[in-house]
Amino acid sequence: MSIAWYLAVSAIVFALGAVGVMVRRNPLVVLLCLELMLNGANLALVAFSRMWGNGDGQILALIVMTVAACEVCIGLGMIVAIYRRHLPIDVDELRELQG
Amino acid sequence: MGATTYGWLVLAFPLAGMLVISLGYRRLQAISPLAAGWVGTAAIFLAFLAALGALISLQGLAPAHRELSSSLWNYASTVGIDAQASILVDPLSVYMILVVTGISTLIHLYSVSYMEGDRGFARYFAYLNYFVFSMLLLVLAGNFLLLVVGWAFVGAASYLLISFWYRRTTATRAGIKAFVINVVGDVGLVLGTYFIFKHTHTLDLLRSFHATEAGAFGHGHNEGDLVAGCVLLLVAAFAKSAQVPLHTWLPDAMEGPTPVSSLIHAATMVTAGVYLIARMHTLFELAPAAQDVGAVVGAATLLIAGSIGLAQTDIKRVIAYSTMSQIGYMIMGVSVGAYAAGLFHLMTHAFFKALLFMAAGSVIGAMAGEQSLERMGGFRKALPFTYACFLIGGLALSGVPPFSGFFSKDDILLVTGERGGWHWALYGAGYLGALLTAVYTFRMIFRAFHGEPVAEARELQAGHPHHATAPSNPATGEQEDTDVGFPGEHHAIAERALPMRLAMGLLALGAIGAGLIQIPKLDFVIEDFLRPTFATSTLYEPHTRNGLLVLGLALGTVIGLLGIAIAYRVWVQRPGMAAAIRARTRPLYELFVHKWYFDELIDALVVRPAAAGGGFARHTFERLFVDETIVGGTTGLVRAGSAAVRAVQSGFVRYYAALLVLGVAGVGFYFLLQT
Repeated sequence: MSIAWYLAVSAIVFALGAVGVMVRRNPLVVLLCLELMLNGANLALVAFSRMWGNGDGQILALIVMTVAACEVCIGLGMIVAIYRRHLPIDVDELRELQG
Repeated sequence: MGATTYGWLVLAFPLAGMLVISLGYRRLQAISPLAAGWVGTAAIFLAFLAALGALISLQGLAPAHRELSSSLWNYASTVGIDAQASILVDPLSVYMILVVTGISTLIHLYSVSYMEGDRGFARYFAYLNYFVFSMLLLVLAGNFLLLVVGWAFVGAASYLLISFWYRRTTATRAGIKAFVINVVGDVGLVLGTYFIFKHTHTLDLLRSFHATEAGAFGHGHNEGDLVAGCVLLLVAAFAKSAQVPLHTWLPDAMEGPTPVSSLIHAATMVTAGVYLIARMHTLFELAPAAQDVGAVVGAATLLIAGSIGLAQTDIKRVIAYSTMSQIGYMIMGVSVGAYAAGLFHLMTHAFFKALLFMAAGSVIGAMAGEQSLERMGGFRKALPFTYACFLIGGLALSGVPPFSGFFSKDDILLVTGERGGWHWALYGAGYLGALLTAVYTFRMIFRAFHGEPVAEARELQAGHPHHATAPSNPATGEQEDTDVGFPGEHHAIAERALPMRLAMGLLALGAIGAGLIQIPKLDFVIEDFLRPTFATSTLYEPHTRNGLLVLGLALGTVIGLLGIAIAYRVWVQRPGMAAAIRARTRPLYELFVHKWYFDELIDALVVRPAAAGGGFARHTFERLFVDETIVGGTTGLVRAGSAAVRAVQSGFVRYYAALLVLGVAGVGFYFLLQT
């Protein structure tokens, strides 16, 4: 099977994630979409790794998963904190850091 | 020990004295209230002994080897500058340190009694030692750098001492005036040094002189840069030695305690200009134009100051103008080549001027701080010792033989006359000045000591020294207290204080006898002693014309006695005559009493334009240009820029994400298009 298919799927998943980050307002969904973007990138990495026949890409994919785990950790923590303070669960309302 | 070791010791003692007094004044006060004074006096006396040691070891050397320099360390040695902490011990500097330390010892001794009741006693002696140290540094300096340092130190010390009573506004103002005018001189000295350094490429005095002789400036006379350098040095000398037109600080400096006036006038400050010209004689002889400037300004000063002295009523100011006038003689002398005579006059003047100030201090003490001659009179019987000292000082100042001033002043005028040509005008000015000197000196003596005794004199005769009911500023009449920053309540008179009597007695002996060191045609002690320093001078010649010598001596005697006779006739025999003369010569009297309007002239030419310029800079330039344009413009720019950047920070996370995605996409497209 041509590498192009794998890359096409990867691009679609990444684009879905990116659009989700931009259009959704629920922070939980935004986090999920971020995960989608990371996994789209992972798919491309693994595909390239297979094409070249060495394991470097797979190692990189593992590292990205680690990073993703950390990011989810912080992100979910923040969401829990927001919930606990009875703040709106909406990224457009959470704009205290505006200049 | 070598002569240079003694030279370093001369510097070390006053410095140590200053440090001990200023750091340990609490302990000293615990020992005895006068301990600081005795420590200061002892420090200067030890310096005097070290100066004697330097003299003895210098005399043990062959005349050709009497110029010794010694360096403690290299201060900086870079790009051709050899800045060392070095001193030069030669007959001229040894002569100066002897005069400075000798007179200063006696002034310290006098001060112990005079300042006894002052709350600033320890501070006073710390300043006084610092002053003497600065002056010794100035005269011992072996290179231009140290000379400038000593020069500036003397200015700073004079500021501290003139405004010693710092709660008196008149005193602080006088101190500031003295300091500012002295800084003009400092600038002249530094710029002059630059002109000399530019050609001789060395800061060392001796090497610089040798380079000049070898033609560093060119081989003719009056090379442009040399004349410029010498004129700038003259500016320095004029400022420090109170010559026209930089003299206005000196009479105002009378605001300081009387012994300080004595120190400034006799030993440590105003003689610096004379020393500078004598020290730089190698340069000045190759720049006769600068020498002429010095001689003319000296002659002008001696006449102007003498005429002002006739009309002043403050006893200390009369003596101050007399100093200006006498320094005028010295500046004129060293500028026409009468080096030995000028320095000889420096020494004799130091004796009798210190004596006159001390005697004046005693009179002021008896008047409880009052300084106006108008209020004095008849102190002859109440203050017999002071009267005798004042009389001796006055006779020496007037140039009556055999007192010291007679020999030294006539020596200067003799050499001036021998130069011939237009120098005869200076000669005439000198004798006219001598007449003025005798008149104003004895005017002062007759008004203070003769005539009807005033209330203070009668009280003192009855055994009760006068005390003011409420202390006040003698210049303005403002009420004062006797706490620190104002004069203390104690007023000392020589008749009741042994240290004052001792100092005045020794100075009186000097004022009588110092002139006998160098009697024309008989002995030339000072000329011979100073000869090694002036070995290459073309003007340092023994006198030749006997006729002129006899004429000068006769003229000096006659003029001195004539002046005294005039003063006697006007102020003793016919008490109304002074007022009659004053009424008849109204414009002239106004001119003299207003000090030739020099203060007003400087005020109009320098102070007010500078103040107007400062006002413009502050109100217009600083406010409109600096504050509003430069500072305000920059902050405005930053504000506008940050406002624009802030607007982008909307706080919408989705908006940031969109920007990021668009940015990355943009970069991706760019690279795609590149390939």
